[in-house]
Amino acid sequence: MTNYILRRIAQAIPLLLIISIILFTLMQAIGDPIATLGARIPPKPEDKERLRRQLGLDLPVFFIDCKTEKLSLSPGNKPSLGTKVGNILTNTDCQFSLYNQYLVWLVGNDWRMVDMDGDGLGDVPGKRLGVLRGDLGTSLVTRRPVVEMIADRLPNTLILMVTVEIIIILLSLALGLYSALRPYSAFDNIATGLSFVGFSMPVFWLALSLMYLFAVNFRRWGLPYLPTVGMFDPAVGKTPAELIKHMILPVATLSIISIAGYSRFVRSSVLETLGQDYVRTARAKGLRGIIVVMRHALPNAVLPFITLIGLDIPFLLAGAVVTESIFAWPGMGRLFIDHTERSDFPILMGILMLIAVAVVFFQIVTDVVYSFVDPRIRLD
Amino acid sequence: MAVSSIKTNVSSAKVSLSPSALAVRRFRKHRMAMVGLGLLILLALYITAGVVFSHGYCAPIGQDVSGESYANCNDTSLKLRSPSAEHPFGTDVIGRDILARTVYGGQISLLIGLSAAIMEVALGALIGLIAAYYGGWVDNLLMRIAEAMLTIPNLFLLIIGARFFTNAIPNINLFGRELTGNVIIIILIIGFTSWMYVARIVRANVLSLREQDYVSASRALGASDSRIIFGHLLPNTIAPLIVSATLGVAGAIISEAYVSFLGLGVQGATATWGNMLEGAYRYLETAPWLWFFPGTLILFTVLGINFIGDGLRDALDPRSTRHI
Repeated sequence: MTNYILRRIAQAIPLLLIISIILFTLMQAIGDPIATLGARIPPKPEDKERLRRQLGLDLPVFFIDCKTEKLSLSPGNKPSLGTKVGNILTNTDCQFSLYNQYLVWLVGNDWRMVDMDGDGLGDVPGKRLGVLRGDLGTSLVTRRPVVEMIADRLPNTLILMVTVEIIIILLSLALGLYSALRPYSAFDNIATGLSFVGFSMPVFWLALSLMYLFAVNFRRWGLPYLPTVGMFDPAVGKTPAELIKHMILPVATLSIISIAGYSRFVRSSVLETLGQDYVRTARAKGLRGIIVVMRHALPNAVLPFITLIGLDIPFLLAGAVVTESIFAWPGMGRLFIDHTERSDFPILMGILMLIAVAVVFFQIVTDVVYSFVDPRIRLD
Repeated sequence: MAVSSIKTNVSSAKVSLSPSALAVRRFRKHRMAMVGLGLLILLALYITAGVVFSHGYCAPIGQDVSGESYANCNDTSLKLRSPSAEHPFGTDVIGRDILARTVYGGQISLLIGLSAAIMEVALGALIGLIAAYYGGWVDNLLMRIAEAMLTIPNLFLLIIGARFFTNAIPNINLFGRELTGNVIIIILIIGFTSWMYVARIVRANVLSLREQDYVSASRALGASDSRIIFGHLLPNTIAPLIVSATLGVAGAIISEAYVSFLGLGVQGATATWGNMLEGAYRYLETAPWLWFFPGTLILFTVLGINFIGDGLRDALDPRSTRHI
């Protein structure tokens, strides 16, 4: 077992490195963070230059740094090497550079002096510690540490998503089991039809419909209505009752869609188990129906469901981008979308790497847990 | 196959049907798939025949217009009108007719859905085939990349991808229509961020097919790699590919809607069901028709496609005993 876990961790490290390289490459093209700073008055070119240097954005991105020069072909100008495309001659020159943005992001720059005034010589010792030592960098927009900004939003997201996940587990087990015990009954057929509608529903459509019915129309009809946006009503304050009231609609939106799919999964899994020989044996020896189902069929039927839930857990951290946007819920999804618009890549890298690490971690945990609950599985 | 043909043809046991005829028969007996097909035929009629309703007087130009120019005619004096005889679905924030825009937007949404699904399946099948057939480090590298991309939630990848190409492409002309260039971008992004599951299915299938005798026989006869891959392995994995492609259309339409809803999708005058929803939630109380009509059309389309996908899965895989 220990060997297995160690091997899985050893496999996870290169995977996470590949992920970070793919993401870091994508980040270079989401827009120039400097260009979006200073919204009204565009900063002067020399200010931009200084800012770029201070933020370490002047460094080459990766270890191999290629510069492509465009030279126009004039009679007197005869460069020795390069490729000719039409009338433009490009000269590509690649250099290896150890000190680059990716390395600073990964391991920090406290091991060398940083050039602040642009004379090519280091004058201030670096302060970045790098992701490997838990420093996710500083937001380019707010200048606050990324770790702090994520820590601000994470509880909001978790309170929403963990509630959603608990409701999903309980209701899909109940609905799936009930359907499986009465297959092809009226209830089962209706549940099947509705579940198709449920998982075909775009999340915004459901969110807006629920809001329109329970917030807008209930208010119009003089019924008690639900709030639509935010976590608390500023007039009332941060009370638990307010929080619950504000959670009802986003939780309903997010859980209805998942319950639709998961309850069908539980149903088919229970139906399959009920056809097994050991269930027939249990019935044959005269056990009551409820005991056969609860003690013999259900525990075996929910085994694959454990994997499904285990692989869901890391994505709870990510929040729900669309739902959080509609309900103005200040969670991780909103943080991500807001800072994408401002090309604030340290935040985006931080959120995405946090999710990636959580996914890899929970994959290992799920496999290990599975081998405990199902002794037929051996991990070697 | 013999067993299932006896089972499905008890009444006409003497007629022996080909596997594909059997699949068609199973599909036609699938009640939900037939409902889905009916739904999609209605939607197809809506976005094609609906064009005839797209005409009327356009005040800013000062003349009667028809076709897409009516859908793009923004008469700001008519903004946010509720549904009426003249504008059955109401008008949007700058006074464009929503009915006409759902017709033309539907064409673009389906174009995006179909092209992205084709790209997803083509890319996934190619990568899966290469990984399984060559094995070794090629397989390892491709599957690690697939794993890496599956680790990041799809919507996050889509958002970054959409930022990647903002306004990078000029307008294009397709079937006589002027389209905003980032329709192509959205198709590419959805295709590039959704091939991973297809690649995994194809790879797993080909890994088992590769050991079959007919592949060894073909190799012994001197067939080239590409002949074995495209002549033998690919046709035998076609069933899961058809199902993935069908469900992929629904996935792509939803992806486009999410990205556009967040304001990062197709921009400009070109309507899609997704970008008609952008910002509509700000008018939740005052103008619910803004999001209701395009949103419901997306729901019906996705529902129809999911029904058909389910029917195809049951029809193409005779071993599946799944009855819903």
